[in-house]
Amino acid sequence: MNYNWNWGIFLEASPDGTGSYLYTLFLGTRWTIAVSLTAWVAALVMGGVVGTLTTLPRRGWAMLGDAYIEFFRNIPLLVQMFLWFFVVPEIVPEAIGTWMKQTPNSSFWTAVVALAFFTSTRIAVQFRAGILSQARGQMMAAQALGMTLTQSYCYVILPMAFRIILPPLTSEFMNILKNSSVAMAVGLMELTAQTRAMQEFSFQVFEAFTVSTIIYIVINMVIVFGMRRLERWLAVPGFSFDRGAEADLRGGA
Amino acid sequence: MEKDEKTDEKAPPMILLDKVGKHYGNFRVLSGCSMQVAKGEVVVVCGPSGSGKSTLIKCVNGLEPFQEGEIFVNGVSVGAASTDLSKLRSHVGMVFQNFELFPHMTILENLTIAQIKVIKRDKAEAEQRAVELLHRVGLRIHATRFPGQLSGGQQQRVAIARALAMDPICMLFDEPTSALDPEMISEVLDVMTELAQDGMTMMCVTHEMGFAKRVAHRVAFIDQGEIVEDVSKDEFFDHPRSERAAQFLSRILHH
Repeated sequence: MNYNWNWGIFLEASPDGTGSYLYTLFLGTRWTIAVSLTAWVAALVMGGVVGTLTTLPRRGWAMLGDAYIEFFRNIPLLVQMFLWFFVVPEIVPEAIGTWMKQTPNSSFWTAVVALAFFTSTRIAVQFRAGILSQARGQMMAAQALGMTLTQSYCYVILPMAFRIILPPLTSEFMNILKNSSVAMAVGLMELTAQTRAMQEFSFQVFEAFTVSTIIYIVINMVIVFGMRRLERWLAVPGFSFDRGAEADLRGGA
Repeated sequence: MEKDEKTDEKAPPMILLDKVGKHYGNFRVLSGCSMQVAKGEVVVVCGPSGSGKSTLIKCVNGLEPFQEGEIFVNGVSVGAASTDLSKLRSHVGMVFQNFELFPHMTILENLTIAQIKVIKRDKAEAEQRAVELLHRVGLRIHATRFPGQLSGGQQQRVAIARALAMDPICMLFDEPTSALDPEMISEVLDVMTELAQDGMTMMCVTHEMGFAKRVAHRVAFIDQGEIVEDVSKDEFFDHPRSERAAQFLSRILHH
């Protein structure tokens, strides 16, 4: 292989005039983090609400939640990005469509919306599993004390459901970071897009992708570390999902 | 409206079941169940496994819906659409087979959450009541621990205290000792016995015939969704009228 390694390339000026190649990757990283974090917060809220809806004893709400999940998880993320960017502004009333197209950073907001809807379906299913994994008895106990359905969910069911699904939520958080690279398709200059740009301008493909790979890995390790801290902080003393093992520890039968 | 002809009687029953029936599709769970629990009375409901006794007691506070008949608790119809079930349940205590303490709350929080959120007591008052009751069930030192750190028997005593913290007008027990190791059963039964002696109105689904003999006023025997006998304790143990009750007793007392 005839390849001229040149690690010094990162300090050279990028032809787009913003600064060095290293700086353009930094700008990309900033967009990646911004789009991932914003979409994550939205997806967590939307997923929590929709997942809860699907477990309600009201058939209408449950069906609405199921329909939402099936719609947004059955369409590829890339297609959803294109739909939000190219199609939706054309089919809504003209004034709204124009506003959508002219709003500053429209590719950023498009990416946030698409990622949030797509990821929220996965989070919704996890919330649903977390809620249903608790025996029906917890709901009965809450209601037997006179709590309303809303109170039972807020004080009893959801706090435990959230703890139960923290490990899979960590994976979802990491997924949203990785999936944010799809945003380059709607023109957001996030990390992957900046890496591609550097490759095309400088032809130093190995250097460019080595660095962006490391950046992705480091950010994800920060997420894993942070979520583990959260898990430990929220851990319930004496509570284990392996009830058999727990009984053994207590010296029970 | 809830005070129709029943107020004319001298002592209206605390719990009144009138021809209660329930089915899941074609599968019949309960049929024509009628019984009463007077104020201050302790009634033990027993019967073979699968007979519908757990379902019956969950109908009393509306945790299980039923299709036929009527249930009144302190004169309020449980099945009526206009009844505020949450309000009714807030003064009917219930204890479950699997304790069902809230695992993410301390013992103290388990006892105060409903007092604060449901009957709107202020925190200090709720905590005072909680500590009082923990003392009564002998678990005051465990107030800051979590349910997972307690033994089964201790958890069930907490569950009883949690129900009592709401100052219930009656208590429902759904097989409170069935999930316990033998050596822990008596500590829970002792608490229940004391409660009965204090005059609490109690409906208990249990297999503990010793408890029934000691504490119950009446025993209802249920089999295949029907209340086969509803008689005084002595009559039930000495002269069971039905074949099925006699058979059940001989099996449960001589094993």
